Amino acid sequence: MSETRRLRLAPWLATLALVAVWEIGCRVFAVEEFLLPTPSASLAPLWEYAGAIWHNAVFTLWVTLLGFALAVVFGLLLGVATGASRLAYAALYPMLIGFNSIPKVAIVPILVIWSGIGAVPGVLTAFLISFFPIVVNVATGIATLEPELEDVLRSLGPRRRDILLKVGLPRAMPYFFASLKVAVTLAFVGSVISETIAGNRGIGYLMVQASSSFRTLLVFAGLLTVAAMGIGMYALFAWLEQRMTGWAFRGQQPIG
Amino acid sequence: MALIEAERVALRYGGPAGTLALEDFSLTVEPGEFVALVGPSGCGKSSFLKVVSGLHPVSAGSARLHDAPIAGPQHGIGMAFQNATLLPWRTTLENVLLPLEVSRDHRATFRRKRAEHEARAMALLRTVGLAEFRDHAPFQLSGGMQQRANLCRPLVHEPEILLLDEPFAALDAFTREELWGVLQDLWTQRRFTVLLVTHDLREAVFLADRIHAVSRRPGRIVKTRAVDLPRPRTLATTFEPAFVDIVHELRDEISRVRQA
Ligand SMILES: Nc1ncnc2c1ncn2[C@@H]1O[C@H](COP(=O)(O)OP(=O)(O)OP(=O)(O)O)[C@@H](O)[C@H]1O
Ligand SMILES: [Mg+2]
Repeated sequence: MSETRRLRLAPWLATLALVAVWEIGCRVFAVEEFLLPTPSASLAPLWEYAGAIWHNAVFTLWVTLLGFALAVVFGLLLGVATGASRLAYAALYPMLIGFNSIPKVAIVPILVIWSGIGAVPGVLTAFLISFFPIVVNVATGIATLEPELEDVLRSLGPRRRDILLKVGLPRAMPYFFASLKVAVTLAFVGSVISETIAGNRGIGYLMVQASSSFRTLLVFAGLLTVAAMGIGMYALFAWLEQRMTGWAFRGQQPIG
Repeated sequence: MALIEAERVALRYGGPAGTLALEDFSLTVEPGEFVALVGPSGCGKSSFLKVVSGLHPVSAGSARLHDAPIAGPQHGIGMAFQNATLLPWRTTLENVLLPLEVSRDHRATFRRKRAEHEARAMALLRTVGLAEFRDHAPFQLSGGMQQRANLCRPLVHEPEILLLDEPFAALDAFTREELWGVLQDLWTQRRFTVLLVTHDLREAVFLADRIHAVSRRPGRIVKTRAVDLPRPRTLATTFEPAFVDIVHELRDEISRVRQA
């Protein structure tokens, strides 16, 4: 088997192995189904409740992507500001760190007071949890210009705007796209947390409902759905990263 | 009138207790000269280039360009360093064009004169033998090819002065000697003024009209040696007794400086 085929198969095999361990473990130790159902049993409700799961998953996906889109816009803006200006960095960074340290679960009730139950707290939580890695990465990409290149550029008497547009931003793009992969999975964490606390729709809400009526199988089906959406989005942004910043992956693949 | 005139320059990094990189450093360069600076590591050679390019103000003494004090980045100066600082997302040609896009003197007219600029860049790339690689990305070039492109970039806006900080230090001996020839050709064609910092004494003797040896930190010039070997110099020149004598003379001087 060739190296590339093996690499391509590896994630599937690893996932299958995990599922197998889980399945066999549950059967060997005869774990009660309402504590930890086997994966095969968790698949059943995916069919049984396909309509409800689909309906709620689409809702969660929208909420997540909306929050994530906000995070991309604000993350880029703040990242550029803190990366390009030492003053902005000094002023804003401590605040960002403090903000990022607050558990987002603690914010949801406040968001509910402001905007009521529904999609809005989900969008905002997804936004709040996912914009920090984007800011940090963009700022790092811009601020870590090689000193020699900086000298070459400065000796030309350029405008700051030109340096930012022609060198800083392109240079930050690999960092930016790398952070998107992480940020989008975090956005799912945010929206699902919010739905479990203060939702009336979405996968998180579905799981809370299911758990309060001890339908453990449905809870696990919900978890699998969230995981699948997370992997899907990660893969999408990983692909986008390769497309947009192929030059940063030199050697790994020829540029198109 | 001298082009560059440094008189008793001192340069200190950081506050009054900071590192004193240069002290009593005096040097005059005439237009069109090729001048080399050699000296022990950390003696302030790169710092002097920063003074000339206006990237660092002097702490004492005076540094003048065209008889005007150097304050801030100057017009008509190009720089190249040991590491080829090409932008990986730009092609070779786009990299060479970068100074025209951002420099104070050219950015306003860059788009309008694009064809003219490209012709200028291509002429440089042809001289260094990179014409066919205009549309290649830097990582598709070898180290030596990257360094050649890196030599073209500061020349594209036709600066009066070219500052080179160990431009060939990261290359293998063969490529390095080949690029001496390339640089000599460029200089002969265009007659810009060169200030070259190098650790390689043969490189200095091959290229320069005049070589200055710098003392240990704080740096100042302790010896000046004119090189009157005929040009164009070739690899054969490097085996001639006159060439070898100058190299030895400089080597002795530097080891004396290092032990002092
Ligand atoms: N940005 C800086 N801040 C503080 N000190 C510096 C800075 N740049 C250089 N120095 C100090 O100034 C002295 C001279 O440095 P410089 O880079 O000019 O040496 P150099 O002659 O170019 O050495 P080399 O041959 O190793 O490149 C060194 O002692 C160095 O530690
Ligand atoms: Mg140096």
